[in-house]
Amino acid sequence: MSQQPDTKGHFGVFGGRYVAETLMPVLQEVDAAYREAAADAAFMGEFHAMLKTYVGRPSPLYFARRLTEAWGGADVYLKREDLNHTGAHKINNTLGQALLAKRMGKTKLMAETGAGQHGVATATVAALLGMSCKVYMGEEDIVRQAPNVKRMELLGAEVVPVTSGTRTLKDAMSEALRAWVAEVEDTFYVIGSVAGPHPYPMMVRDFQRIIGDEARLQFDAAVGGKPDAVVACVGGGSNAAGIFCGFVGDANVRLIGVEAGGYGLDSGKHAASIIAGQLGILHGSKSYVLQDENGQIQNAHSVSAGLDYPGVGPEHALWADEGRAEYHAITDDEALDAFHELTRLEGILPALESAHAIAEGKKMAAELGAGKSIIVNLSGRGDKDLDSVLKIMGKSDE
Amino acid sequence: MNRIDTTFAKLKSEGRKGLVGFLTVGDPSLEQSERDIRTALDAGVDVLELGVPFSDPTADGPTIQAASFRALQAGVTLNDVLALVGRIRADYETPIVLFGYANLLFRYGYELLCADAAAVGVDGLLVVDLPFEEAGEIRQHMDGAGLHFISLVAPTTPPARQKLILSDAKGFVYYIMVTGVTGARAAVASDIGDHLTELREATDLPIAVGFGVSSGVQAKAAAEHADAVVVGSALISAARDGRLESLVCEIRAALDKE
Repeated sequence: MSQQPDTKGHFGVFGGRYVAETLMPVLQEVDAAYREAAADAAFMGEFHAMLKTYVGRPSPLYFARRLTEAWGGADVYLKREDLNHTGAHKINNTLGQALLAKRMGKTKLMAETGAGQHGVATATVAALLGMSCKVYMGEEDIVRQAPNVKRMELLGAEVVPVTSGTRTLKDAMSEALRAWVAEVEDTFYVIGSVAGPHPYPMMVRDFQRIIGDEARLQFDAAVGGKPDAVVACVGGGSNAAGIFCGFVGDANVRLIGVEAGGYGLDSGKHAASIIAGQLGILHGSKSYVLQDENGQIQNAHSVSAGLDYPGVGPEHALWADEGRAEYHAITDDEALDAFHELTRLEGILPALESAHAIAEGKKMAAELGAGKSIIVNLSGRGDKDLDSVLKIMGKSDE
Repeated sequence: MNRIDTTFAKLKSEGRKGLVGFLTVGDPSLEQSERDIRTALDAGVDVLELGVPFSDPTADGPTIQAASFRALQAGVTLNDVLALVGRIRADYETPIVLFGYANLLFRYGYELLCADAAAVGVDGLLVVDLPFEEAGEIRQHMDGAGLHFISLVAPTTPPARQKLILSDAKGFVYYIMVTGVTGARAAVASDIGDHLTELREATDLPIAVGFGVSSGVQAKAAAEHADAVVVGSALISAARDGRLESLVCEIRAALDKE
């Protein structure tokens, strides 16, 4: 059972709506429209039909035999979100939100993006549904993720460079919120994670829970019973929230969220908001935030652009406080090793985000030992990261 | 009695419109910003709104974002802001409202902040990302410290919600004239009169209008249906160009013109 926030969007002390008054009415409108749509069999039927025929669901649950043998511990299963259309779990959510936007009579979509995966997934559904699309992206990320910028433009989206602050995901989201205030009448803001003001953390989780619902049935059919642990990477936390939802009611299943440890937690250059952040308010919700002693938001660092964010979804903060999920950190180097290991042993190039979960999976497989089993959420494929990885490999050869 | 209330009562008795002037504290340094604040007060600002610099000002346009960034580069903290208020308060009776984002106040601690702010002479807080629903906790401490929580009403605010916000508003009501972020605009929205007539019927509090006002002509137009006009980004730009005093005088004169 996943929990419902209160009517104002609070998960315990976390969540809520910390936004300018100008945005409050539209958030209430989106909330009401979403609740109505979620209860409408026709809407959910259309969503699930599209997930099947357009996204390609269900995504397989794959037993990684060679990885399991090499690691010599628990059986390792991969939930293959990398096989979805556009190459990641992001499309589950953008499809749901775009269908909702259409139902609400909005004609324009807008989104923020870091690595470009959410931007591509939003541009894709905008093309599919005949809506216009603007994607806010930090200037720094536009350089780092050039192929995804081209993909968005081919799909007909306008990529708006964000030049404020550190010119990465945090600033893209700030700028998207500013832009939404000015275009709130006809524009639907498609947020890419379980972050932001209510109802986004709840709504995005609900659109992503298909991952966990499928994995639960698939594991039971293939192996019988439940896995001992479920592992997923956490930036804002949408793929983790999605797969955790399938198992959160099973007290015996350990849920492990993997934050980006960057150069190491002691270096101060990481994106581990739950492990190393403090309670704060960022981008519309209360949660754990990387900040200095005065409350100024700090810059995150991760080799993976998708985890490079100083906040985290409020429901994860609650799961962490309640002890229902554990949060561990994986460094850039560990994630890169896992990237290569999965590529060589299984012929699967993971996204650098997902490589964090693979690296943690290795530790858990050893900790749990033979006879146990774990599911690692392989949230996206690594094609987008080839340039970054090759660059790092080139450097280490020197 | 709170200085905000006495000031608006005085303006009303004199039949004058008020000028709420906004400057970001610490832009471009604490020393220069204190000089600018004194210049603005001497030139005729009736209510002083002081921006507390924040790393992620999501409701602000480019001008205030840049001011906030410069102030952070100068290392300015909320403690510095409070100390500056204390120095200003020693010389002026003008009401002072701190304008900021929730995280800074939350990290400081709502209760401690309210006590410290009241002690140095702050009269109200305007927390741009703390809407009615999330403001309960800080308001409890503000009431205890005699500070006014300044409520915002936007063009998108529906009547029922407006009623809710006004049910507990204090000091003055800040009406946001545009659906957008802070910053100068070419012209004041044409339908503002209708919105303000409705708002006037719904509250007895003074109404200040803001977002987009940058000249005497615009201020005069905006003030037609309101009790005061808020000018922010334009003052920041003027301070950088060395024409802060002349702009405040221009707006003050336009507001006083029959």
